[in-house]
Amino acid sequence: MAAPKKGRSASSQSKPGRSLALILIAIVALTGGMFLSGHTTPRLGIDLAGGTSITLTAKNEPGQPNAINKTNMDTAVDIMNRRVNGLGVSEAEVQTQGSDNIIVNIPKGTNSKQAREQVGTTAKLYFRPVLALEVQGVAATASPTPSASTSGSPSPSASETGDKATSTSSGSPSPSASATSQGRPVTDALKADATPTPSGSSSATTSASPSATPTADAATAALQAKYTALDCTKKAVRAVTGDGVKPSEPTVACGKNSQGQWQKFILGPSEVDGTEVEKAQAVFDTQGAAGWQVTMDFTSKGSKQFGEVTGRLAQNQAPQNEFGIVLDGEVVSNPYVSTAITGGSAQISGSFTQTDAQDLANMLSYGALPLTFAESSVSTVSPALGDEQLEAGLIAGAIGLALVVVYLVVYYRGLSAVAIASLLVSAVLTYVIMSLLGPGIGFALNLPAVCGAIVAIGITADSFIVFFERIRDEIREGRSLRPAVERGWPRARRTILVSDFVSFLAAAVLFIVTVGKVQGFAFTLGLTTLLDVVVVFFFTKPLMTILARKKFFAEGHSWSGLDPQRLGAKPPLRRTRRASAPVDMKEA
Amino acid sequence: MSKLGTLGARLHRGEIGYDFVGKRFIWYGLSILITITAILGLSVRGLNMGIEFEGGAVFTIEKTSVSVSQAEKYAEEASGHDAIVQTLGKDGLRIQVATIDTAAADKVSAKLATDLGIPEKDITGELVGPSWGDQVANKAWQGLVIFMFLVVIYLAIAFEWRMAVAALVALIHDITITVGIYALVGFEVTPGTVIGLLTILGYSLYDTVVVFDSLKEQTKDITKQTRWTYSEIADRSINGTLVRSINTTVVALLPVAGLLFIGGGVLGAGMLNDISLSLFVGLAAGAYSSIFIATPLVADLKEREPQMKALKKRVLAKRAQAGQDDAPTATVSDEQPYDDEDEDAAPAVVGPRNQPASRNRGRGRPSGKRR
Repeated sequence: MAAPKKGRSASSQSKPGRSLALILIAIVALTGGMFLSGHTTPRLGIDLAGGTSITLTAKNEPGQPNAINKTNMDTAVDIMNRRVNGLGVSEAEVQTQGSDNIIVNIPKGTNSKQAREQVGTTAKLYFRPVLALEVQGVAATASPTPSASTSGSPSPSASETGDKATSTSSGSPSPSASATSQGRPVTDALKADATPTPSGSSSATTSASPSATPTADAATAALQAKYTALDCTKKAVRAVTGDGVKPSEPTVACGKNSQGQWQKFILGPSEVDGTEVEKAQAVFDTQGAAGWQVTMDFTSKGSKQFGEVTGRLAQNQAPQNEFGIVLDGEVVSNPYVSTAITGGSAQISGSFTQTDAQDLANMLSYGALPLTFAESSVSTVSPALGDEQLEAGLIAGAIGLALVVVYLVVYYRGLSAVAIASLLVSAVLTYVIMSLLGPGIGFALNLPAVCGAIVAIGITADSFIVFFERIRDEIREGRSLRPAVERGWPRARRTILVSDFVSFLAAAVLFIVTVGKVQGFAFTLGLTTLLDVVVVFFFTKPLMTILARKKFFAEGHSWSGLDPQRLGAKPPLRRTRRASAPVDMKEA
Repeated sequence: MSKLGTLGARLHRGEIGYDFVGKRFIWYGLSILITITAILGLSVRGLNMGIEFEGGAVFTIEKTSVSVSQAEKYAEEASGHDAIVQTLGKDGLRIQVATIDTAAADKVSAKLATDLGIPEKDITGELVGPSWGDQVANKAWQGLVIFMFLVVIYLAIAFEWRMAVAALVALIHDITITVGIYALVGFEVTPGTVIGLLTILGYSLYDTVVVFDSLKEQTKDITKQTRWTYSEIADRSINGTLVRSINTTVVALLPVAGLLFIGGGVLGAGMLNDISLSLFVGLAAGAYSSIFIATPLVADLKEREPQMKALKKRVLAKRAQAGQDDAPTATVSDEQPYDDEDEDAAPAVVGPRNQPASRNRGRGRPSGKRR
């Protein structure tokens, strides 16, 4: 059809090139970004990589109907993250799903059983009196803190169980280091609240220390041996120290001081349960010069217990005037006490940064977390099966793609080159974006997502078919290719947009509402639908415009897929009549 | 291909075509029949819900020399419950134990490992508490309802409420058929099935929307002409987009077929198989419903409008006046009379690209041949 409309094509001459350049730049930039970030493959989900995936569902406790909310769930995720990562698991991930589920994914090669036990239990926070402590790690000697002088070497004091503990601890390899540790309690000074509301029940019964009673010598010796052997600088060691410890028994524990050094503790039995903390928050001391502080409010039972323990501790000497705030077996803070705190609220001050204070406040709040979780599903995938599933998914994708390509080539001939190129662009974009989303938003390619991507081949190809059929319709009307492309596009565009919108809507609703595997699938479907629109607008259409100028397509070569004769086009009326002859001959 | 292309051209021009709207009652009847069968199957046989919904454990073992019956015995001994064992691929096994909780499943897994003589880490286990399946299913239903609600609103805005209603009916139709087939054949319903089913949502509508879009375009100025009734134009729309519909459906089904082949043939039971099976059934139903159900339904609803009734009257009156046979069903033979009236017909009949003059010319010869 050799009757080009000069005006129209001239105006769109520069545009298609620009769009193509744009999308090519985008691809290059994204691919470059992918290689720069070092994540050249999409992160694989547990079902493809092997590992264990645990779904925990929060249970509503009677009397607390609103306990399951976003804040509580986020807090729970934080705790679980601490726990699984405390196990020495690399790349374990914990995330919320839906309103009341938490998914914990643990990659292969980890003790999944231990992880399951750790993760499923509710956070446990205890206040335990410190009987002995010692700083470990290289940093201890490298940077002695100026406050080391405030107290001498760990003095064996009159506390019953602590007596033995401290005496041996001073005999441990680094007595100087243990002296350094005294800096922490000083800075973490726990002061009585400025506005105490003295409760009537604040009778300081100092002698009634529960730790005094159960101390059999054998148990103490065992604890002592454990303490001596404890090396808090090792992650694996830290992970197991808190395991299986009953709150009513003394224990050993690890914790970091404000210099980031590890220190080990012997701790007495729990005096106050973390659930007795009603509220904890980080506040900035605007009046005094204390800087960031953490304030705690106790329940009535908690404030009574806390009053007792602080009254008793205040009379001891360092480090036995300290108590350890123990979260899941790890000492998160060990402030010292100077007076009994009976008001039901307390504040911990020290040289906190804002983040430090908020972290501590969060941890204190954890203990008060009312959520308990039940294991909803656990799926363990052996690495071999994961590999096989991934392989099967890839083969299925290749077969699907090949079938589509064959169909397109047979049906659309030369035109299929446009479709195949577009599919390739779409595939590259999908791959690169999936790879980037791994570290970006924690996207993991699982089996349903692979299925979504394969199904998306069809959706993407459908857009091209809608466009091509439109162009063919226009050619059948007797138009030559260039106007056919320009006229067909706006209509095809509308159809593509409307139907892609419906697809996207489905994906979005599913992603927001559903849980589990359905969500991964919905995400891929939504992503590929968006990419489909991008590719059709910025790649397929411009490419088509450019190709329409090529002789092969414009003249309707019989292998171009746009042969007017084969399409049964009508002779163009108002233009040249050249093409009418063959059509007529054919029809007659 | 040349034949296909010509067919496309003739469908496009309306020279040939199937009278989808005229024969709609046959298809309505067929669909109602299928739907009733599906509902009956659903209520009588019920769905075969998988472990993921009922609660229990599925253990998959990649390689073992233990026979199915032996494994069944082991599993029942270990769990104290009935176990279903299937072979998987070449020498793998899939062991399902219903109604055991996640804690008990651990012990079963350990016991199985010793019984079968393989390291426990080689056992792939899927342990599901019963409430989780409920939750997955509930959320899926919730998503379905929200989606339907939103899509009806969207289609009502983008097109009109009649099309929205018709699309919704077609959608429910597809889902009912798919679920019914699952009930009748007794395929196991797993989260994969649900995923497939939910994907049908978007996909079934994709086809429907393509037809509706063409229908909307062609009926833009329908009241300004007197040649065709709404139903006839609807018919033309379906026929005009038929090639497109067939192509999009085939292209959509091909990758799913690839999945089904690999999922079923290579991996045996599993997620890939489940998703692709329900997708395959649903997509086929979706293609059928958008052509045979959705559009005729729109035509039906439209014809009830006073405007369209009036139009139909005018059209019929005009045809009677012209002294031609006015059987509205035979589109092929009908084509000719309209062509004769082309000159005095309103120009904006079927969208801008069907200009009367060119229609007349292009059509003249083949029709003449037919006479």
